[in-house]
Amino acid sequence: MDSVDILESSEAIETVAEETLSRRERWVLTIERGVLAPARIVWADLRARVGIIILSLFVAMGVIGTRIVDEPRTNQGERLEPAFQSFAHPLGTDSVGRDVLGQIVHATPNMLLMILAGGVFTTVMATAVGTTSGYLGGSTDRAIMSVTDIAMTIPGLPLVVILAAALTPTNPLVIGVILTINAWAGLARAIRSQVLTIRRSSYVEASKAMGMSTMSVVRRDILPNIMPYVLINFVTAARNVIFASVGLYFIGVLPYDNIVNWGVMIDLAYQGGGLQSMEAAHWLFAPLITITLLSFGLIMFAQGTDRMFNPRVRARHSTTTKTSDDDGAPSASPGDNV
Amino acid sequence: MKRYLLERTGQLVITVFAVMTLTFFLIRLLPGGPADAIRADLIQNNPEMSTDQINRRVEAQLNIMPDDPLHVQYVSYVSDLLRGDMGQSISQGAPVTEIIANAAPWTIFFIGTAVMIAFVIGISAGAIMAYREGTRFDNNSTVTAILMNSVPDYIYGLIFLWLLSYQLGVFPTGGRYSSSTEPTVNPLAPVETLTFFGDVLYHAALPITAIVFVAWGGWALGMRGNSIQVLGEDYLRVARLRGLPQRRIALRYVGRNAILPMYTSMLITIGFLLGGSIIIEQVFSYPGMGYYMIEALTRRDYPLMMGVFLIITITVAIGVYVADLTYGLIDPRASAGDSQ
Repeated sequence: MDSVDILESSEAIETVAEETLSRRERWVLTIERGVLAPARIVWADLRARVGIIILSLFVAMGVIGTRIVDEPRTNQGERLEPAFQSFAHPLGTDSVGRDVLGQIVHATPNMLLMILAGGVFTTVMATAVGTTSGYLGGSTDRAIMSVTDIAMTIPGLPLVVILAAALTPTNPLVIGVILTINAWAGLARAIRSQVLTIRRSSYVEASKAMGMSTMSVVRRDILPNIMPYVLINFVTAARNVIFASVGLYFIGVLPYDNIVNWGVMIDLAYQGGGLQSMEAAHWLFAPLITITLLSFGLIMFAQGTDRMFNPRVRARHSTTTKTSDDDGAPSASPGDNV
Repeated sequence: MKRYLLERTGQLVITVFAVMTLTFFLIRLLPGGPADAIRADLIQNNPEMSTDQINRRVEAQLNIMPDDPLHVQYVSYVSDLLRGDMGQSISQGAPVTEIIANAAPWTIFFIGTAVMIAFVIGISAGAIMAYREGTRFDNNSTVTAILMNSVPDYIYGLIFLWLLSYQLGVFPTGGRYSSSTEPTVNPLAPVETLTFFGDVLYHAALPITAIVFVAWGGWALGMRGNSIQVLGEDYLRVARLRGLPQRRIALRYVGRNAILPMYTSMLITIGFLLGGSIIIEQVFSYPGMGYYMIEALTRRDYPLMMGVFLIITITVAIGVYVADLTYGLIDPRASAGDSQ
């Protein structure tokens, strides 16, 4: 192509550099910047490491554990066998001889699905509402925010109790959404106020002046800025789902016909004399400790990933990445960077 | 300011109506429908009653005329609610208003006490942590606060109940006060009144502690963050250079400015803990609002359940309203139009 051609054609703006990256190199770079560098920052933090290990443990329990440990059924062993007595029932058995470890493990997949549904519902809903409201402003903003304010004022737990009674949900995904039915409102408000600040920044002005569509301004300029906040709130939502689901299964609001949740275990242990007698204590404490551990793992993970979004920590790591890129061959395999 | 007040009041009214509308439609979603439950109950207990009589009884108990068009039902439902008539509780055999009026003070008492205690502990701990930022004390307290904050209150409740009530027998296992204590609030009988209050506190001690265990950590961390920020402000350096006494700086400059942003969150938290009380009241069999809500649910006593839900929601709405309006008074910097 002639140089004149390039200048006159509409492609002038897309002139490419002399040295181009192959597709493979571009992928390597994307992975490096988007996955490996943040992962290194996160892994460098002790809290995040503890959190990741605990969370992986729970995921493994939900995915692989259910295949290794037998599904709990009555008369698997002696009644109320204490914990740490036999290899067959490491955590003992309950009052009808069901293995306690089996109950814990087989309740995990449902819990993970619930967390996922609740977390995704809250964050997606909040991000959509918050960015729309904050970016569009004006009367749209006012209308959306008055609905949000009403949703925020209704206390979550009583509303969830009534919805659970009305709908009697059994699907863990549905339960997850119901448990976080109005949790999005608070987050949406917070996101909106962040979007209001970002909207006035010069780079958004620039994008608008270039005539970019609203969708791409929101996607490219605004969402990356609020993503850290959203991710951390995903963890908060997840914790609330755990606490609420266990609590509501415990007080018998959510329907169950077999052991589908740690809250069911607590409920049965509570009714079956787990509080009064020492013999049944392990049955009550196994789910309590499980919930505490999962919640602890989530907190540690959130605290650790906080650093990933800290611009100073990020800048330090991105400079080391750059130097290693500079002296390494451009076609460095991702394996080198681990 | 006037405009803000007007807008905010309008919002409160809209919220209350929205919640009433919500309960109106939700009550129709409930399995079997409340009318069916009452009807079945009446037929079972009064086999000689005619269908007409039964229908009239059902109407009286539910505030609902099941055969009227929906908008007529809605208007009569809302106007009944506005007159304070929430129907008759089936399971307790008393007007819903009466049951709630009896239960609400207890919930508000133990939640309120717990929030106050947690707030004081949290604020003090957070301030000390901020002053000793980076020391071992600060690190340990931060970790403790996070850990204690990451366990739900009913788990603390169950552990307390197991250890202190059942295994050691130092605390009661439930209830508002001992059956042997006569509820007396009478200035002419100070001994009995004090015994009664002591007994009430003794019964509420474990639920209160369970909530304090969870709640203090959040405020401690919030207060720590705010104080550290205030400690770095220029006006604080000026105050130090002016040679103001440490005490005055700590209370007037740091304390006041760090606590201010937490005022709203405290009032809102009280409201939300009222909703959260459902589970903890079940654990301790403490007959407050949440306890009756679950009682009503398991017995399909929908008027009572909806009544509790309405009262809790309206309390929260009013709490947030008061918090929003008074915040401008205690913090003159807050521009009233854009609070939060």
